[in-house]
Amino acid sequence: MDWSVPLFVVVPLGAAFLTAIFGNAAQAFGRFFTSLMLAFLSGLTLYLVSTGNTLMVYQVGGHELFGKIPIAIYMVLDGLSIYLLLIINIIGFFSAFYSISYIKKYTSEHYYYTLFCLMVAGMNGVVLSGDIFNLYVFLEMAAISSYALVAFGIEREELEASFKYQVLGGTSSLFILLSIGLLYWSTSTLNIADISRVIQENGSSELITFVGIILLTGFGLKAAMIPFHAWLPDAHSSAPSPISSMLSGVLIKAIGAYVILRLFFNMFVISYNISLVITVIGTISMVIGVLLAIGQWDIKRLLAYHSISQMGYVVLGVGIGMLVLAKGGDRSLAAFSIGGGLYHLFNHAVFKGLLFLNAGAVEYETGIRDMQRLGGLASRMPITTSTSLSASMSISGIPPFNGFFSKLIIIIAAIQAHYYVLAILAVFVSIITLASFLKVQRFTFFNKSEENWNLKDVYVREVPFSMCFSMICLAVLCLVLSVLIVPSVRDIILTPAVNVLLDSARYSTTILGY
Amino acid sequence: MTVYLLCIALFLVGLYGVLAKRNLIKIVIGLAIMEYSVNLFLILIGYVRGGTAPIISADAAKRIFVDPLPQAMVLTAIVIGLATTALLLAIAIRLYRKYDTFDIREIKKLKG
Repeated sequence: MDWSVPLFVVVPLGAAFLTAIFGNAAQAFGRFFTSLMLAFLSGLTLYLVSTGNTLMVYQVGGHELFGKIPIAIYMVLDGLSIYLLLIINIIGFFSAFYSISYIKKYTSEHYYYTLFCLMVAGMNGVVLSGDIFNLYVFLEMAAISSYALVAFGIEREELEASFKYQVLGGTSSLFILLSIGLLYWSTSTLNIADISRVIQENGSSELITFVGIILLTGFGLKAAMIPFHAWLPDAHSSAPSPISSMLSGVLIKAIGAYVILRLFFNMFVISYNISLVITVIGTISMVIGVLLAIGQWDIKRLLAYHSISQMGYVVLGVGIGMLVLAKGGDRSLAAFSIGGGLYHLFNHAVFKGLLFLNAGAVEYETGIRDMQRLGGLASRMPITTSTSLSASMSISGIPPFNGFFSKLIIIIAAIQAHYYVLAILAVFVSIITLASFLKVQRFTFFNKSEENWNLKDVYVREVPFSMCFSMICLAVLCLVLSVLIVPSVRDIILTPAVNVLLDSARYSTTILGY
Repeated sequence: MTVYLLCIALFLVGLYGVLAKRNLIKIVIGLAIMEYSVNLFLILIGYVRGGTAPIISADAAKRIFVDPLPQAMVLTAIVIGLATTALLLAIAIRLYRKYDTFDIREIKKLKG
């Protein structure tokens, strides 16, 4: 099955090419082809998960090892990669299917789908790449198509947000490129596994620590962690709604958080100082993100700030695990904590994707995003209301929805690792999250509206089938993902991903085979 | 060593442009300068004093080669940089049509 690894990049790239050429002549082809392609990739990922084969290495070009030098470009599909692939392709499929109705109001639909396919190809490439420069190339591919997608509406807000996003994104890319150059200088190789071997053999030097800090800055900007978050609320709220759900649900994870985890666990030797920095950044993002969110009245802007806060939970969970590992503590506790963080990563992708689709549905019918002017939609849009309610309960951590379990795991892990302050902060943030989503529910769906939807010329009704279908499926997924807490299911999906991070030092031996 | 310091100085010039200039086009120029400095840095990494182009020939064993890998990387990075700059300028032109100005102090619909 090793041949199936490059399919994850080749198929979306081919789809982008075909949509760009034929999409204008055959509109229906462009619309459905992207969804079909992503359904195929989701199926392939699920099949690979079910086979239980969690390590596949594909060498592009097929060059053998030359002595001990890996010449070929490696594509590595291990437990963590396949976990991310699952998230990217499933959320991607629902967003693409939702777009079929939603994006009809824009012109040049086929360019939208082309950029969508390119973004998916870039993200799949990032999580599969075993070579740090290739990772950079795929990352730029995903980032540039996302810049263009943010500006897709070409109105004042979209253009301004896109420009801001591009300037910050471009700066972060240059930091990443600079650090790749420095890494090549100090280790004479670009293969992540080989870099890891060299660092383990020669020990960490000051230059390596410096590179680590630049990389953390670069990918922190991509992941919108708090000191680097300024672009996120603008970009994520201005994009078309399915794209907001891709950006918030998937992009900041695949090209931000995932790369931080992969590089700092598997490439660098885990050090106490770096893990402390990562945990602190996570905590600050978690707290400040939610405090900035609660005051917002623009529904998509509020959701965008919550993305920062929820990503803080993910980074916090993983950071605690990293701290425990760095201090040589209990490995099962570290596994528990990292598992909580990764579990929350999946959950956040599902419920935040769904919330942005709900916001898109509201905007699609009423044309309004300001919650102060909305209200009383519950009787008019029952499906949107009920799915949004389940997503809101999920994000605020109400049982039996998935968000409850992952937050619980992170909080328990923080208590067991004796970080009581972090546990209290996590609970506190969860309560404010609940408050702000009560606000969303009340002002958008249940409140009496000042504008009477019945009498006005805006006739508000439920959204078309493709949008409803995606929202219902994601709402069901919010409930179904709770089964990841059951050990037998967890062992199939989550445990391989955790093991990759836990056995951080074994990564190079596993990939290179010596 | 001086070359590396100059390279870092070039990077900082670009960063200054991005941070301090208020004109959209000057910000784009700042980003481009940063990109050139990183490309220059990559080329410098592969440079070997007295080295020649890495082409296998009969007397290859006697010659010193420069490292070809950073050169390949820089070619890729230049292409990526071209895409980024083109998109940035396209957006800047669109912004100019909407706002009739390149001044970022007057383009501020999004805040909060």
